[in-house]
Amino acid sequence: MTLANIRFYCGEAARSLFRNRLLSLATVTTVAACILILGIAVLVVVNAQAVMSSLESNVEIVAFLEKDLPEQQQAAIGKEIGYIAGTKEVTFVSREKALRDLEKRFGQGKYNLRETLGGKNPLPDSYRIKATDPHQVPSLARKVARIPGVYKVRYGQGVVEKLFAATRWVRNLSVVVIVLLACAAVFLIATTIRLTIFSRRKEIYLMKLVGATNWFIRWPLFIEGLLLGLTGSLLAVLALAAGYYYLVNSLTVSIAFIPLVTDTAVMTRLAGGLLAVGGVLGITGTFISANRYLDV
Amino acid sequence: MLVQMYNVSKTYLNGVKALNDISLKIDRGEFVFLMGQSGAGKSTLMKLLYREELPTRGQIFIASRSIVRMKTREVPLLRRNIGVVFQDSKLLENKTVFENVAFAMHVVGANRREIRERVEEALGLVGLKDKRDCYPSQLSGGQQQRAGIARAIVNRPLIVLADEPTGNLDADTSWGIMELLSEINKKGTTVIMATHAQDIVKRLGKRVIVLNEGRLVADSMPGESIA
Ligand SMILES: Nc1ncnc2c1ncn2[C@@H]1O[C@H](COP(=O)(O)OP(=O)(O)OP(=O)(O)O)[C@@H](O)[C@H]1O
Ligand SMILES: [Mg+2]
Repeated sequence: MTLANIRFYCGEAARSLFRNRLLSLATVTTVAACILILGIAVLVVVNAQAVMSSLESNVEIVAFLEKDLPEQQQAAIGKEIGYIAGTKEVTFVSREKALRDLEKRFGQGKYNLRETLGGKNPLPDSYRIKATDPHQVPSLARKVARIPGVYKVRYGQGVVEKLFAATRWVRNLSVVVIVLLACAAVFLIATTIRLTIFSRRKEIYLMKLVGATNWFIRWPLFIEGLLLGLTGSLLAVLALAAGYYYLVNSLTVSIAFIPLVTDTAVMTRLAGGLLAVGGVLGITGTFISANRYLDV
Repeated sequence: MLVQMYNVSKTYLNGVKALNDISLKIDRGEFVFLMGQSGAGKSTLMKLLYREELPTRGQIFIASRSIVRMKTREVPLLRRNIGVVFQDSKLLENKTVFENVAFAMHVVGANRREIRERVEEALGLVGLKDKRDCYPSQLSGGQQQRAGIARAIVNRPLIVLADEPTGNLDADTSWGIMELLSEINKKGTTVIMATHAQDIVKRLGKRVIVLNEGRLVADSMPGESIA
């Protein structure tokens, strides 16, 4: 492809966009709306995931040991747990420490827990276990429970499964919404390009007549689709950035405990991603129409 | 031989038999008239030559290459060697005369300097230098036809196919177009022209091929009488 060619393609694309300016405007607006909703969905997901993974990483397994195990065996159990694939952290909590923690929680001074218990400590020794992947907690717990000397395992059974089900649901739903929106955008861009081809069919016929290759005719269309997609997504990204900036500012002032994700690296990647999606949608839309309607 | 057709038939999808067992040869540098009543198959024959249509049967060679067996991606190269002129000139309304002619050169990837030189040259040949910045709607019928001819010859094709180029023009203007086409022919380009205009054919005295209901009924060299 020569420089003269590129200049010609871009000129043709620009002229065609201008000639069908109402349609171009409509398409850009629709793409912008799609990308905007997509961006909002992604932001919601990003924030929801941040909340969820902070919840998830707090999930831990408590393995209670049988009473009066010799110290050696306790240590051996700790080692064995540490060897199970997927454990990140294993801490021993002696029954003494467990009681002290309990006392702390009940609040010292108000009444004496030890006295109430009659000077005895009913609590067992235990191990607290964190998993590298929180989703592995249930299966990890099952493995730990099988170790001789462990008589009970707790990790908030039920609650954890529900939490994971909820996160999975949010993720799947957002994927579905995003795919649907992307399809709508592709369809609209395909329609625009089809109308462009239709409004230029005489020109395209003549191009073929004087010996244009199919690619020579496709290039301006692709540039056109790309420009439509990029312009739409750029508008959406700008609107999204302004909106999110405003939201973050007003939320941190009024309700400080909602931890919105404001990591610049994440946001830059999100903006870049949305722009790229706009471009890809534009090219995909063009591809559909260009191949189907170019055989003149 | 530049053009060779062997037992070519064309039946359109709707069942109309437009050409029936046509065989003919046209040499480099010839000027050939294609005559016959309306519906005789003149335009169809031309469309086969620039491969807008494929024959139902038979073989066609241009410069010894079969254009029937030709792959789709080779068609653009064939068409760069063929200039087509239409009765309605088919200029793009939103482009100036210069741009309309330059258009054909952009398509083949020529550079700007080349395009400017060759387009000026072509416009000079057809006598439209002073109209280069006019839009087609600002031209007379004859001028539009000249612009169409300029577009057809700007890539220096081997063959110019002209389908009733004078169909919409009065006698004087028509004769101007004919002089232009003969001049192009004298420079070595083969010209094949479909027409109904008996007087022009007689006056120019060139080879005439006559079709009737899709069959070749006469092929006479100048001087011979038309059957
Ligand atoms: N695309 C097409 N589909 C179906 N039939 C067609 C098509 N083009 C032409 N025909 C038919 O083929 C026959 C020959 O048409 P063609 O256009 O070749 O005639 P022609 O000699 O150019 O006539 P004219 O002098 O009126 O231009 C006619 O009967 C016409 O109706
Ligand atoms: Mg005709």
